[in-house]
Amino acid sequence: MGVGGDYMRQAFVQALVDIASRDKRVVLLTGDLGFMVLEPFMKAFPGRFMNAGVAEQNMVGTATGLADSGYIPFVYSIVPFSVLRPFEFIRNGPIYHRLPVRIVGVGEGFDYGHNGFTHFGLEDVGVMRMQPGITTIVPADSEQAGNAIRATYDLPGPVYYRLSKKDHLSLPNLQGRFQLGRANQILEGKKVLVLTMGGIATEAFEACKILAADGLSPAFSVISSFNPSPADDLARLLANCSHVCTVEEHYLNGGLGGWVAEVIAEKGLPCRLVRCGVSAVPSCATGSQEFLCKEHGLDRSGITARILAALQGSN
Amino acid sequence: MATIVEEPRKNASQQLAVPPPGQDLAEAAHTGSVAVARFRTANRTSNLAGQGQTIHVAAPSLAPLADQFLPTRMAALEIRRIIIEQSYRAHVGHIGSALSIADIIAALYGVVLRIDSCEDPNRDRFILSKGHAALALYAALHLRGWISWDELNCFCGDGSLLGVHPEFEQRGIDFTTGSLGQGLSMAVGAALAARWQLSSRRVFVLLSDAECNEGSVWEAVMLAKQQRLGNLIAVIDVNGQQALDYTNRVLDLDPLEDRWRAFGWDTHVVDGHNPDELASVMLELDTRPGPPHVVLAKTVSGKGVSFMQNQIQWHYLPLSREQRAQALWELEAIT
Repeated sequence: MGVGGDYMRQAFVQALVDIASRDKRVVLLTGDLGFMVLEPFMKAFPGRFMNAGVAEQNMVGTATGLADSGYIPFVYSIVPFSVLRPFEFIRNGPIYHRLPVRIVGVGEGFDYGHNGFTHFGLEDVGVMRMQPGITTIVPADSEQAGNAIRATYDLPGPVYYRLSKKDHLSLPNLQGRFQLGRANQILEGKKVLVLTMGGIATEAFEACKILAADGLSPAFSVISSFNPSPADDLARLLANCSHVCTVEEHYLNGGLGGWVAEVIAEKGLPCRLVRCGVSAVPSCATGSQEFLCKEHGLDRSGITARILAALQGSN
Repeated sequence: MATIVEEPRKNASQQLAVPPPGQDLAEAAHTGSVAVARFRTANRTSNLAGQGQTIHVAAPSLAPLADQFLPTRMAALEIRRIIIEQSYRAHVGHIGSALSIADIIAALYGVVLRIDSCEDPNRDRFILSKGHAALALYAALHLRGWISWDELNCFCGDGSLLGVHPEFEQRGIDFTTGSLGQGLSMAVGAALAARWQLSSRRVFVLLSDAECNEGSVWEAVMLAKQQRLGNLIAVIDVNGQQALDYTNRVLDLDPLEDRWRAFGWDTHVVDGHNPDELASVMLELDTRPGPPHVVLAKTVSGKGVSFMQNQIQWHYLPLSREQRAQALWELEAIT
C-alpha cells in the first residue's frame, strides 16, 4: 500500500519536489528507506537522488561534503537511524560546519508500533534540541509539514525534520500555519494550557474537547520548532494560566516538557507544569501505536486524567 | 633548490609574543638560547607584541613561498622541523603521527594538489582525516604562504585557529577532523559534488591505517566504488601503529591492500617516505569516472627521529628540551 491522502510523508515529498523544481541545489539521499514514499522525487529528479545504502553515518558525512560544495542535501531514514546512529556525524559535520544539511527522520514516538523499540523515536527532539546549531522542526500535521519544509529548506544552517507516519493527520484550526520559532494557538482558554508537538497533537486536541465538555476550557497550542524556540510566545500563553500540561510522544527528559520547564524557571513564571510523555524505557511487549501510547498514558483519557489530577492536587 | 645560509641563531632570533602555552612557558622560554635553525631570510618581525609573554622561537629555515614550492624532500624536512619546534613549544604530542605523514604532505602540497587559491571553488580538496597529525598540515600551509609565521607560532595558543586538530575556519582547511572515520565520508560527498558540478577538481583524503578500524570508513569505501568516484584519492598512512599498540596486535588490518581491492578500489602501494614516488603515482591516476584510488603509503611513525621511530609512546608524548635538541640535530644530519 502506498502513501496517500493526508500522510505527512507524502506532504514532505510533494514539498521536496516543489522546491527541487525551483532550486537546483536540492538533492535527496536515503538510507535505503522510503518505499512508496520517495518515488515522486526519484521520478522527477533521478540525477539528484541517491540511495546511500544501509549506512547512515556515511550518508550524513557524504551530505556534509555535498553541502560544503553548494548543495542542500536531504537525508532520509527512520528517526533512530537518521538521528541517533549518525549523531556524531551530524554534530561534527553540518552542525559544526554550519552547513545546510537536512536530516529527515520518519516515525515519531511509537509510530512504528509493532516494529519495536529499535524503530521508536523517543529522544530525537531532546538530542537535537541540545545542539544549539540545528533547527528542529516538529510538524503537527501534514499541511503544516509541507509549509514548514517550504519555509525552512534554504536556511543557512542544518535542519532536522521530525515526520510523523500517522494516518490522515489534520489538526483542526491549524490550517497549515507555520512560522519558524513561533507557537500556534489552536484553542483559546483559561487556567490551563495544553501544549503539544508533533502528530500526537490530534489526540491532545481530543483530550481538550473532553475537558471542555466537563466545563474546563483549556487553551491549546502547538510548538513546531526549536532552535529558535518560541520562549516569548510561551511566556505570553502562560501569563494567565495556573497550569500547563505538555503532551509529547517522546521521553520526558529533554523534550517539549523539559523545554517548558526551562522557560518557566528562567522567566520565573508562577505556573505548575504537568508533563505527559514516556517516562520509562518501554517493555518488549509489542503493540500498535495507539496501544503503546495508551500504555504510556498518551491517549485522550490518560491525558485528561493527568490534567484533572493535577488540578485537584493544587486545590 | 633554495639556497640555505647558515647564520648564528642570535642574529635571527625573533621576539614573538604568543598566548601562554601553559605550564611549559618557562621551559619554552629557553628555546631561544639554543642555536638550531638555519635561515634563508632576514629577520621577520612579529606584530603580535602585547598579546602575552614574550618568548624566543626558532624561525623556519626557509621562507614561505606562495607562488612556488621547495623540492619535495626539502619541504618534507622543513615540515619535520616545524613539527618538532612547534610541538615542543606548545608542549603537545601526536609528534610521531605527524612525522609519519611529512613526506605525503610534502608531495601533496608541493606537487600534486591543484590549489592556486584557497578560495577557488574548483581547487582540489584535501581532507586530513587523521586530524591528530594536523601540525604536518599546518607546516605545509605555512610553506605555501597560507599560514603566517606568526600564526604558526600561536599553535595551540588561546584563541588560535591552529589547535591539535584542524579547524575549518582556518584558511586552507575545508573540514574539521579529529574524530576518526569521518573524513572519507565527507570526501565522498565532495567528490560526488565535483562530479555533479562537472568540475575536474579532485578530492584527496589522508587516513591512518588504524582509522580503518572504524566501520564508517568501509561504508564510505562502498559508496565511493558504487558511484565510480575516480576523482577520489585516499592515501593511507600505513605505519602499523595506533595509540596503544601496533595495529596487528589490536585489529590486524592485513592484508590491507587486498581488502581495499576487494571493495573495488584501484590500489597502489608506495614508499610513504619517498615524496617524489608518492607524487608521481598520484599524478598518474585516472580521475575520470571509474574505480576510486587508494595509495597505501608504507611509513614509519616518528620517521626522521631515531628515538621516536616505531615507538608507541610517541603517539602521545611531548618532547623534553633535550629530546627536542636531539631531534633537530638528527634532522639536520639528513641534509
